[in-house]
Amino acid sequence: MLAPVVQITPLTQIRRHRELPIPGNIVVRQGQKVEARDVIAEAHLEPEHILLNIARSLHVSPEKADDLIQRAAGEFVTQDDLIAGPTGFPKRVVRAPRSGRVVVAGDGLVLLQANTAPYELKAGMPGTVTDLIPDRGAVIETTGALVQGVWGNGRSEFGMMQVKLDNPEDQLQKDMLDVSLRGAIVLGGYCDDPQVFKKAAEIPLRGLILVSMSAAMIPHAQKTTFPIMVLEGFGFHPLNAIGYNILATNNGREISLNAEHIDHYKGVRPEIVIPLDAGHTPNDASLVVEDFAPGQQVRIIKAPYAGKTGNITALSQEPLKFPSGIRAPGAYITLSDNEDIKVPLANLEKVI
Amino acid sequence: MMSSIVVTDSILAIDIGSITTRAALFDVVGSRYRFIATGTAPTTAAPPFSDVREGVNRAIYRLQEITGRTLLGSDASLLIPVQPDGSGVDKLVVTLSAGPNIRVVAVGLLENVSLDSARNLAKTTYTTVVENISLNDRRKQDARIDAILRARPDLIIVAGGIDGGAEHSVSNLLEAVGLACYLMPRSQRPQVLYAGNSSVQQAVENAIASITDLHIAPNIRPSITSEQLTPAQVQLSRIFKNIRSQQMYGVMDFDQWAEGRMLPSATAFGRIIRFLSHIYDPKKGVLGVDIGASSVSVAAAIKGKLALRVFPQLGLGGQIQQVLEYMPLEQITRWLPEDFVPDDVRSYLHNKAAYPASLPATREELFIEQAVARQILRLAVQKTMSSLPFEMKSAGHNIVPWSEPILASGSVLSQAPTPGQSLLVLLDGLQPTGVTTIVLDQNNLLASLGAAAEANPLLVVQILESHAFLNLGTVIAPVGVARARVPVLRLRATFEDGTESKHEIKFGSIEVIPLPQGKEAQLHLQPLHRFDVGMGGPGRGGRVKVVGGALGIVIDARGRPIQIPSDPERRREAMQRWHWTLGN
Repeated sequence: MLAPVVQITPLTQIRRHRELPIPGNIVVRQGQKVEARDVIAEAHLEPEHILLNIARSLHVSPEKADDLIQRAAGEFVTQDDLIAGPTGFPKRVVRAPRSGRVVVAGDGLVLLQANTAPYELKAGMPGTVTDLIPDRGAVIETTGALVQGVWGNGRSEFGMMQVKLDNPEDQLQKDMLDVSLRGAIVLGGYCDDPQVFKKAAEIPLRGLILVSMSAAMIPHAQKTTFPIMVLEGFGFHPLNAIGYNILATNNGREISLNAEHIDHYKGVRPEIVIPLDAGHTPNDASLVVEDFAPGQQVRIIKAPYAGKTGNITALSQEPLKFPSGIRAPGAYITLSDNEDIKVPLANLEKVI
Repeated sequence: MMSSIVVTDSILAIDIGSITTRAALFDVVGSRYRFIATGTAPTTAAPPFSDVREGVNRAIYRLQEITGRTLLGSDASLLIPVQPDGSGVDKLVVTLSAGPNIRVVAVGLLENVSLDSARNLAKTTYTTVVENISLNDRRKQDARIDAILRARPDLIIVAGGIDGGAEHSVSNLLEAVGLACYLMPRSQRPQVLYAGNSSVQQAVENAIASITDLHIAPNIRPSITSEQLTPAQVQLSRIFKNIRSQQMYGVMDFDQWAEGRMLPSATAFGRIIRFLSHIYDPKKGVLGVDIGASSVSVAAAIKGKLALRVFPQLGLGGQIQQVLEYMPLEQITRWLPEDFVPDDVRSYLHNKAAYPASLPATREELFIEQAVARQILRLAVQKTMSSLPFEMKSAGHNIVPWSEPILASGSVLSQAPTPGQSLLVLLDGLQPTGVTTIVLDQNNLLASLGAAAEANPLLVVQILESHAFLNLGTVIAPVGVARARVPVLRLRATFEDGTESKHEIKFGSIEVIPLPQGKEAQLHLQPLHRFDVGMGGPGRGGRVKVVGGALGIVIDARGRPIQIPSDPERRREAMQRWHWTLGN
């Protein structure tokens, strides 16, 4: 069975496609170095159009109106510029109600796209633009540590990570946050107190990484203006040993926190990128697609061993029966603490 | 019903689900069609493959391992037709449910008339209606254009006006549609399905066809009081394929190999339910439910008239947490046989959404997953009630109509540890009425058979008669309300060996009378206190011949809707008793 992958790795090559949801303008070039907050492309996601009925405004037929329209599609106009006319007595004209661009002119109508601030797509992590995606965005490449999570509130930031986690089972309390963390991205443990988010906003923090979170906190997390990412899941879960070691050893480094919404069809999940200068280009292990096999390091994603990591010792030839009574293809695993267990393959991710 | 071989085409049926891709082989064994085996593999529509072909090939390779039959050539292409050495298959049918919900803008003249019909059409496949436009919304034309642009639709369904009705108003709405499409980059333009006033079709073609892909279907609202979705559903299936072909590599290939017979899984599911409605009791309808990872489908048909509803927001996979937008958590936790912390249930839903392919490995997680399945079934069936064919009769408002049989599909049912668990989920979720047979699609074949029905109806009939499906049991569910433990039904069962058993069924209970698969029994039913078992009215009973199943004969006397004790302790006791009665 194909092994889904979670990347929790101290050093790897990281390539990310950054794309606009609709076609727009790319503002970087291939080979360009970018910072996380640099804009790489922009588009008008929320366009505003104004339909001017020239024929009705000038009291003429659509055919006559077309003769009176003074602007062609594609022309830029500023507010009060003449659009059509003059005609009649007294002279009647149609002027641009706002600055913008004429996108349609004909059949007695002019459609004006008003100038609005474009949506700006940011690089999301420092790196090099290795490819351009026509009309959509670019591929950014860097090297560094990568830790993927399971939930994000849809926001991204870049800043220094401060670890407030003495061991993988810690809980994040509001009194663990103070003004010395201003502008930092804080890594904390399990959180079930909305006051933590309030305090984080007051300081303010630049972002928050939680090992796990009460599901009741989701509405609060969605309202925050800073990114919040959950590493292990909802309900209390300790941080897996591999992730803990990577994050703890990078305390104080600048990180990209991309707390994106998980999107199974696009293969997008929230992640932390810690740019590191490796002196060489490590392999991108995510490009290797494998079936589950003995020897692989895996992370368990469901109870009763959720969040634990271990190694596959064998795959069952026949479906295994689990405590729920369900029979499914399974694997025998030795956990990091040497406990031997069996787990459905569907509840495993290969760690790379 | 017995049927004999006329054609001998073997069929490979591919079903590409959001989690699992299945390859099922049907062929003639002896003198009848049989289901041979299924090979499964994870669906590969998402990265790193972003190509459904990998998952399909893996499923077929697995099927080859199981059957020992070669289906793929040395270049990994499917061998069609059967080769002289017996390898390959004669026909391929493909069903598809994988993919993000299709974003639809529904356009109609009046909110409660044609716009409603446009939305109803959208609900027959995997869509999310992201914007509604009608004459009622009072927005200016430019605001409508912006609304369409912001919605970024894959499809715009226009259902403007009754036949012979207003033309100017339809043209007015089409102007907004046309301008919005024109303003999008060509590669981003949505498909447009016009299913409105037929006298405006030429004007629609003139306005839209040069801008984007236009499909024209018969009017789905030919008059104020009538709605006909079926002809437009054919067009919708084609549009679905077009959109999926743009979203996923490999879809077009399989459609070509299947000679254009690829169908949305829900459409194929509806087709098999309609097919069965021609075969079974014309006085009752056939009901089908499919609980998938990406959606729940409900199909009900009588004498060939089909009502199909797809609920992409109610799947048990990546969107499972969305159920909380449609129901309070207590609606789910009331089905749990043990005490749970509400936040644990909420957490389970969100964790499952992050890992939609994961399985409940603990008892507690299985309880939660089955509780969610009950409640989403309940919601889906209730929401389908208003669109059922009027010929399907029921014992009252919001009561599931008399149906025979009820077919149920979906991994949460087929993977349940015992048939009793599958049946109890269905009894609680569907709340069937009267006398009915509940059939479990234990091999997840229904959609594939729906796709095969056109190419080989005989195969479909013979597979349905075979052991590929599991008859869970005959359910007798009297409709009415009484105090707990009051007798509501007297039942006398006469078995094939001449023995008899008599039973007095008390309100609030589930009773089981063993009757093995393949055996028959004659039942005499006498409802008490004007309870209704669908034999002509409240209090009316009679004789009925029933067949055995995994659970035998199951009498569900918990009332409709099921009367669940409000006291938490008594509720849990009742849940545990019902679980225990069905052997769980």
